Amino acid sequence: MVTTAHDRKVKISITLLRVLIGWHFLYEGIVKLYNPEWTSFGYLASAQGPFKSIFYSLTAPSIIDWVDNLNVTALLVVGITFLLGIFEKKGALVGICLLGLYYLAHPSFPGIQQINVEGNYWLVNKNLIELGACIVIYNYPTARFFGLGLFRKRKLIKK
Amino acid sequence: MNWTRRDLLKGLGGLPILGAVWWAGAASVVNRKKKRAEILNQLNISPSLPKAVPGIGGDPIRIGIIGFGIRGEQLCRSLGFATEEWKEEMRMVAQEDPNNRALEDFLRQDKLNVSLTGVCDVFDVRAEKALRSFSTPDNKIKRYATYTEMIHSGDMDAVVIATPDHWHAPMAIEALNNNIHVYVEKPMTHTIEETYELREAAKKSKATLQIGHQHRQTLSFRTAKDIVEKGILGHVSLIQTNTNRNDDNGAWNYDIHNQASAQTIDWEQFLGSAPKIPFNKNHFFRWRKWWAYGSGLSGDLLTHDYDRLNCVLNMGIPDTVSASGGIYTHNDGRNVPDVLQVNMEFPRFSTGSSQVEGKEQGMTFCYSASLGNSFNRPTILMGHDATMELGNKLTIWPDMASTKYADMLEGEKLRPNIPMYQYNPAANVPDAVSSATSQYFADKGLMWTYIDGVRVDSTFLHMREWLSVIKNGGKLSCGIKEGFEEAISAHMAGLSWKTGRKIEWDAENEVLKPISGINFDEVLLFNGKWKESSENLEV
Repeated sequence: MVTTAHDRKVKISITLLRVLIGWHFLYEGIVKLYNPEWTSFGYLASAQGPFKSIFYSLTAPSIIDWVDNLNVTALLVVGITFLLGIFEKKGALVGICLLGLYYLAHPSFPGIQQINVEGNYWLVNKNLIELGACIVIYNYPTARFFGLGLFRKRKLIKK
Repeated sequence: MNWTRRDLLKGLGGLPILGAVWWAGAASVVNRKKKRAEILNQLNISPSLPKAVPGIGGDPIRIGIIGFGIRGEQLCRSLGFATEEWKEEMRMVAQEDPNNRALEDFLRQDKLNVSLTGVCDVFDVRAEKALRSFSTPDNKIKRYATYTEMIHSGDMDAVVIATPDHWHAPMAIEALNNNIHVYVEKPMTHTIEETYELREAAKKSKATLQIGHQHRQTLSFRTAKDIVEKGILGHVSLIQTNTNRNDDNGAWNYDIHNQASAQTIDWEQFLGSAPKIPFNKNHFFRWRKWWAYGSGLSGDLLTHDYDRLNCVLNMGIPDTVSASGGIYTHNDGRNVPDVLQVNMEFPRFSTGSSQVEGKEQGMTFCYSASLGNSFNRPTILMGHDATMELGNKLTIWPDMASTKYADMLEGEKLRPNIPMYQYNPAANVPDAVSSATSQYFADKGLMWTYIDGVRVDSTFLHMREWLSVIKNGGKLSCGIKEGFEEAISAHMAGLSWKTGRKIEWDAENEVLKPISGINFDEVLLFNGKWKESSENLEV
């Protein structure tokens, strides 16, 4: 049985998870946004695994600027929606897609050499875990508990 | 509206977090940029831009190729002519490895205003390959039996010489004497005497002579020159440069063609001034392994490293050269060393000083080569104030005891183990290099350079410059002065290895200081190490 007190603990925990992920995404997005020299070129060009060639094709000079801008935008969208607590479900979907792409570009499959990683992974890595966390946030929205969603809730009630 | 304080806190609680993270991210980037700008301002390096080359107008320049082997084919591609066989091979390679862009790069290369008019190669298969590949209905390429026939045919404006070393000078001199422009591969000559003769011929001739040190077109080397001239490294006292190879191709054991025979190869002509020996396929295809035709590491690879540095520092011919080494990795009948260490002394040279006047002067150039290990040892310029790694990329680290950067080091704006400057024109370009030997050349900046992030074959730029100077006049990057310095320095290294003696240069009179009982050219041509006075048996 889920008690109200227990429900509150779950809400607080998931809200905390949401803020932490939002924080992480926003910071990544801002650092890239303010650094015009940043490019995802190296990350894509060194892609591994079954989708290597698809990621590699994104490095074409005509496409790479779009890829970079989309990446920064997606990072900011996830960061802002999670931190402010508004449209968080849409934000979570963007986050899931982005992390899915990150995972597939450099999957921790056995037999693939891991580049620029600080730990040891087999199938599961931190990108995949963060992706899982985004699924939780998608399914348990907390914006009406903590975030701008609270005001939207009131509005709806007033109507 | 009846929001409680608690509602407002919970509703707007994310805002300050967002603001804080945003500020922290922006501040860290801006701060990093500011620090970088401060260092860059202090260094004031101007990354080089490609040289504007006047167009090659008018009638196409008629070119004859002398020597259509491995290098000859490469030079033809730089001129815009690739064989069908090569294109097909590259198509297959690109299918397997989409990163390999050799064919794409070739097809994108600007067209030069030249017509390939003749070919001269003593091996029928190669000559016929050129005829078959490059002849078009309106431009039938002619095969010449000898280079003299080609030069005197009246159908050539210029020749490209990519033969074994012992043929470089006789061909170049013959062409220059007849006012035919020359592009000759390195090393420019095979003996000391030839080096003076070629210089004489080049001075007298109305024609243009370019030596094939294509890396002089590499943008990073030009930037490196700016760095050294601005005193960023301080006084450079030591240069370390290396050859690290460990494969058959890198040790000059090239493929022997299955159609090679005394019938398909004009052996007498190949030998030329070399000792008369019976037909030998091994010698023909792998001539770099014998002093009679080539000059081993000193002529083949040291020349690249020497000229790369001469291009950056303009240090000229060393006062003394001493070399050692031996045949330690490929004991297969060759008589040129496969492990070689060369020390060149420049006691009067200086790149400037940040310390009290007179404290610093002089530099050693240290070349170290092995054909039995491919661990990548980069080229390093070691100055009192900083160290620079020189290749297609440039990286500079401050020295912890630097005088010039003492304040910045103390203020922790610079750290000795963190580069203070990096120049990488290829940062946004993927590279795929097929073999170990090409990787060796690519890392050294010998194969290509980058213009606006696009990879460009430096040999193409070097030949284009030569052709432009032929039409419009102007200055060559690697003319007879540079070629003379390169050839003398390389021969000094070869002589030192062969004699076990220190070889000295008399800069005032521009001659090698004589050593009694030693005829330098006799030693240079001698097949193997020179044993003084007594039994000089051929090896």
